[in-house]
Amino acid sequence: MPAHRSLRDFDWLMLILVCAICALGVLQIYSATRDTHFTEAWWKQGIWILAGFIALWIGTLIDYHTLLGQAYVFYGLAAATLAATFAIGMTAFGSRRWIGTSSYHIQVSEFVKLVIVLLVARYLSELKGDQLELRDLLKLAGLVGLPMALVMIQPDLGTALTYLPILGVGVFLAGFRWQYAAAIVVIVAVIAPISYWLVLKDYQRQRVVSFLDPSQDPKGSGYQVIQSKIAVGAGALWGRGVTKGTQTQGRFLPVSEKDFIFSAFAEEHGFVGVIVALGLYFLLLMQIVQNAQTASDKAGMYVCMGVAALLLFHVLVNVGMVVGRMPVTGIPLPLMSSGGSNIVAMFLMLGLVNNVRLRRFVN
Amino acid sequence: MKLHIGRQDDSANTLLRDDPKFASQKIAFFQYSAIAVFLFLITGFWDLQIRNPEMYQERALENSVKSIPVLAPRGKILDRDGRVIVDNHSSFSLYLSRENLKAEHLRPIAEGLNLDYESLVARVHRFQSRGAPQYEPIPIKEELTPGELAFVDSHKDASTFPELEVVRVQHRLYPRDGLAAHVIGYVGEISEAELDSPELARFHQGDIIGKDGIERQYNDQLMGVDGQKRVEVDSFGNERHVLDDKEAVSGKNLQLTIDLDLQAVAELTMENRRGAVVALDPRTGEVLAMVSRPAFDPNLFAGRIRSKDWKVLLDNPDHPLLNRAVQAQQAPGSTFKPIMALAGLESGVIDDSFHISCPGGATFYGRFFKCWGRHGTVGLHEGLVHSCDTFFYNVGNRLGIDRIAQYANMVGYGHKTGIDLPHEAEGLVPSSAWKIRNFRERWYPSETISVAIGQGATTVTPLQMAFAIGGMSIGGMWFQPHLVKDAVHLLPARRAEVNLENIAKVVSGMYGVVNEGGTGVRAHLPGVAVCGKTGTAQLASNTLLKGTAYGASHKDNAWFVGFAPCESPEIVVAALFENGEHGQLAAPIVRDVLKAYFDKKARLAQPQPQIARIPTGFLQPPPPLPATTAAVNP
Repeated sequence: MPAHRSLRDFDWLMLILVCAICALGVLQIYSATRDTHFTEAWWKQGIWILAGFIALWIGTLIDYHTLLGQAYVFYGLAAATLAATFAIGMTAFGSRRWIGTSSYHIQVSEFVKLVIVLLVARYLSELKGDQLELRDLLKLAGLVGLPMALVMIQPDLGTALTYLPILGVGVFLAGFRWQYAAAIVVIVAVIAPISYWLVLKDYQRQRVVSFLDPSQDPKGSGYQVIQSKIAVGAGALWGRGVTKGTQTQGRFLPVSEKDFIFSAFAEEHGFVGVIVALGLYFLLLMQIVQNAQTASDKAGMYVCMGVAALLLFHVLVNVGMVVGRMPVTGIPLPLMSSGGSNIVAMFLMLGLVNNVRLRRFVN
Repeated sequence: MKLHIGRQDDSANTLLRDDPKFASQKIAFFQYSAIAVFLFLITGFWDLQIRNPEMYQERALENSVKSIPVLAPRGKILDRDGRVIVDNHSSFSLYLSRENLKAEHLRPIAEGLNLDYESLVARVHRFQSRGAPQYEPIPIKEELTPGELAFVDSHKDASTFPELEVVRVQHRLYPRDGLAAHVIGYVGEISEAELDSPELARFHQGDIIGKDGIERQYNDQLMGVDGQKRVEVDSFGNERHVLDDKEAVSGKNLQLTIDLDLQAVAELTMENRRGAVVALDPRTGEVLAMVSRPAFDPNLFAGRIRSKDWKVLLDNPDHPLLNRAVQAQQAPGSTFKPIMALAGLESGVIDDSFHISCPGGATFYGRFFKCWGRHGTVGLHEGLVHSCDTFFYNVGNRLGIDRIAQYANMVGYGHKTGIDLPHEAEGLVPSSAWKIRNFRERWYPSETISVAIGQGATTVTPLQMAFAIGGMSIGGMWFQPHLVKDAVHLLPARRAEVNLENIAKVVSGMYGVVNEGGTGVRAHLPGVAVCGKTGTAQLASNTLLKGTAYGASHKDNAWFVGFAPCESPEIVVAALFENGEHGQLAAPIVRDVLKAYFDKKARLAQPQPQIARIPTGFLQPPPPLPATTAAVNP
């Protein structure tokens, strides 16, 4: 590593924000799993976070140009692994998402996010001209669409959807004629209802229905949203205190250490806690965007903005779901939700952002 | 790396390296979008946490807090020797906790537990419409079977039917064969009508209260004070911790004056008969036995939801629910004659020298009144011993209706005795004033004649008869009959100024009834001086209806009232054998009860057999025997 890339250039602010968010997460996992069979989840999460820092270091170390250069190789590997997951993966909760044994397994689709970020950055940064041509767009959409489809048939609609904002923001930044955008909106408007009936599985359709009217389905995902809203509301301004939330402690909240962790957090820490946590996420997001602005090239900018888009999408969908403003899609809240693959993948991506930052001065 | 850099160098892509800021406006747009997203999310939290947190806090409470009733067991009911008549047994009842009750759950719950859906809904609606506090759960099923318990256990989690709550309760256990059923009464869930009545308004919906008999009369004593437990539960319905716990206070035990030994004998004597038996201790008013037949099984009522047999009992033409001992109002027939005799002697209209001749009846006011036999020359003693109607026609005619009424009232007829049982009847003692009041007509002297032999409008209850004769037998002191052994009930007796010699004459006649070849010889008991009087009360004119279908169901009622020992009575027994045809047939009933009383007394009076004591100081105390060997010796 050249001498000018010193520790001083490291994104310490981002690191502090990440540490703070992770600490809130570990605390909440501890509180939510205190009386359950998953009491070890909080220190397991701690170990994953440590693993995450190593991942972040690795993500920082290798020049992102090198990684971008191998983007298509990664892409091929990712597609192959996803296909393999579908063939030999482990089934749990009616979905085939994991490779490994029941105690040691990774969720491949989480790492595919990273590949998509690299892929989109590589593809868009190589284009010439101010605006994206429709042909290029379709090619890129096809490239992103393949892993999306593979994840969707696991089935894991939520994770599949997280690939879209990376593509979307990339295309937006690359420049795109508004006519095309309008055309796509029209097409989506036509395809969405058709796919609602033909593509979505019953439980997914149920989720859409219960998002629009939770009382329709008080036992399924509607139940989850109702319980989540109760938990959030009961937290009021100051929260009910760590390990004091009855919704969380009584397990009325579903998966309160994973997808609904922010609901548990909101119950026990109240509106004040929510503002603090969302503030941390916002600052982290702005820090990533700032790194995008100072990137030395388009590719770096695309990488950072891909990660930012992904993070923003996750926060929007997950936290929105917690307050009943988004449908239940089953995607975790980055850095807080318990889960190894998600943590490590997120840290790898933050490593990429740091990577771009360290190499912002063109020599 | 080389590949990558090489390619970039080759393509000489200046845009890539030179113009990273080309998208700064779009990035700014992204930033504003991010701000919008975060504001959007924060408004969501604002809505829930700041604008109406109370609503969600309440719902979180509904989720996690469950009220579990802690039911106080009712006090036991014991006999005079402390033996248990009414006990409790432990069982499981199912409640619906109202904090998280959902209307749409009722159908699957009803199906899972074999309940009638319509009546379950009606029941829940009734409980809710009364505006009882939210924490009072609704009892919906009792005596859960293991299968039903399993159903509840597997369905009480938060996402299925969190309202299900199993509570261990003490359920009333009555003697199975209807022993003393009418005395004890039964308990049941308080009804809507009862809740509306002012004296029961203090109870809550779902409370189990005494509905009849002692259970009703002494409800406040028997009923404990229910407790209340509030617990925090998790989504699986498991208790996490107790928020508050108010313990139940059990009801007090109640000791009756009933002697189970006597009661059992009295029940047996009335087997397959209709009627009633009342045994009193005339010296205190304690009821030693009280039987009414046909009886019923109070266990059929003990639950909240009564079995279908309840309807059958209600519709039974024999009215098994009626406590004939205090509610049957029947003409006393010839058992009225001792009172007539006393009235005649006391008022001076007859004396020892008064004799009449009985040719099988006599004519009064132009009408012939039949006697049941021909008794020749009859004085007071013979008149009682052979129950001569002609003699008492004459006594009645000399007394006149109002003096008859005066003495009938004196012995306690025509009033409630004041026994501690609900729904006591008062019977009827006709008088001229009564007739004017009720019929706006004057009393005709001819009507007095049939009243003199206990017919006409006169009616008494078996309890009144035992009370009246018993009080007379001890010299004109009437102690209020009561069922609970309790000093409060030992009220001073009502005394009447009666010449004891006159009473002795009546008692002597009653002794003759049993012991001198009178109508009540079947009540004779060796070794005990039993006095008594038969009674055969007509329900229909025999000459007209005998042999018809109507006559068969309106056969004469048989009465017997007896006391013993003759000189210092300890027990008086009155028996009503409905449609028994002749008073002689009621006599053995009284005899059996008296025999049981004196047999027991003799048994208790026997000195305990002396057992030689073996010096065992050198032995180790033996281990306790197993229960099976202990029962070998009968």
